[in-house]
Amino acid sequence: MLRIEQLTLELPYYPRWWQRRFATHLDQLSFSAAAGSLHAVVGASGAGKSLLAHTIMGLLPANARLSGQCFYQETLLDAKRQRHLRGRHMALIPQSLNALDPLVRTQRQVSWAANRSGLAHKAAWQAAGQALNHYQLDDRAGRAYPHELSGGMARRVLTAMAHAGQASLIIADEPTVGLDPVQRDRVLSALRSLAHQGKLVILITHDLRHALPIADHVTIMHQGRSVETAPASAFTGMGETLKSAYAQTLWQALPDNAFSASEIIHKKEESVA
Amino acid sequence: MLEACQIDFAFTAQPPLLKSVSMGVNAGEWVGLSGDSGAGKSTLGQLLAGYYLPHSGRVVVDGEKLPSRGIKPVQWLPQSPELAVNPRWRVSRVLNEAWMPPDALCRAFGIKPDWLNRLPGSLSGGELQRICVLRALAPGVRYLIADEISTMLDPITQVELWQALKAEAQTRRLGVLVISHDTALIKRLCSRHYHLKRGQLEDC
Repeated sequence: MLRIEQLTLELPYYPRWWQRRFATHLDQLSFSAAAGSLHAVVGASGAGKSLLAHTIMGLLPANARLSGQCFYQETLLDAKRQRHLRGRHMALIPQSLNALDPLVRTQRQVSWAANRSGLAHKAAWQAAGQALNHYQLDDRAGRAYPHELSGGMARRVLTAMAHAGQASLIIADEPTVGLDPVQRDRVLSALRSLAHQGKLVILITHDLRHALPIADHVTIMHQGRSVETAPASAFTGMGETLKSAYAQTLWQALPDNAFSASEIIHKKEESVA
Repeated sequence: MLEACQIDFAFTAQPPLLKSVSMGVNAGEWVGLSGDSGAGKSTLGQLLAGYYLPHSGRVVVDGEKLPSRGIKPVQWLPQSPELAVNPRWRVSRVLNEAWMPPDALCRAFGIKPDWLNRLPGSLSGGELQRICVLRALAPGVRYLIADEISTMLDPITQVELWQALKAEAQTRRLGVLVISHDTALIKRLCSRHYHLKRGQLEDC
């Protein structure tokens, strides 16, 4: 359903005010994911996970240099198509809580999302209420303004917005940061059930351990490259079935496993730097 | 030994959070503290570091009260390093406010020399967290309260941070209280482990 081929993204930076250089943030990234599955994208901070989400949604700044292609339902995803699909067929759960409009009550905002995906006003309002309830947000939270919500509640409002719409591709960018374990499990299982309904859910996270039980496939990203795409079942034992050294190290580093970072990665990083 | 003796604590107009809690961390010992969110883990950590005063009971550090001025022998490491540094100070100033760490220690924590000249906003959370941990290791410090310091880090950075801290704690015989809801992490790091539930501690 979603296929990404040789995606390279460069963004400009200005070391002096008269100089412009480009830094590579995504480097020949490729993977594909099928409808009805949950695809986790895991990597350290700065690996380019959020930029990948923004690239798929077409939310990059105008001065970005992009090469490579994205295909959505076997059709090329260009700027015009992205504009059309955004909010209707593709939904992003953003990482930043600033994405909420500070001057609008939450249920109204959620109903906007439902409205955008094709529901009439009244139906959208009801869908918004249901979506909020689904994430344990009551009427009081629905009437609240974003600043009145806690960080965890605001994050659940963002997730509810993606839930209220009819999007068939949902990109969740770190939806569980700042949630306590109970809420985190609830949000993750809600994402899993969206995948069961035949949607494609892309879960972007740094938390490999909690992504594994619900994911079908995992793409490991490191410094803008997709190091490896493996089925979630490959992350067992010592991770022998994983092909790349980085993915193995990441798996080994978890506290349930060896809790060690082998030296190979360090040498690699130094040679890159 | 860092000791809490029969501590009671409540925030204003709220039901009591901690009810006669007693616990201890020996020098050179790693102790875990887990609990549900809202159970008062962080508050207990902050009480031990002198951020709050207990309503009754007391905090004793090696047989003495916490000093009221200067760098405290108990340092609290918060979860979000972004909020713990002045965004307008360069990293070198942030670090040197506490002490001048030797280069070898900077290297052990993976801190690159060019970070020191940058503003905190241009460093990632993991990089900033290492700065904050190093800042808290000033010479007079004997106990650390690590409050969820690695939740926001990816597994590899997490391991590197803990290993560096473990090595330093061993050479200086620091006592460390690891606050986390990740029991796997606590089991890896600590020799014993408290669980905070309804305002009271249980041994695990």
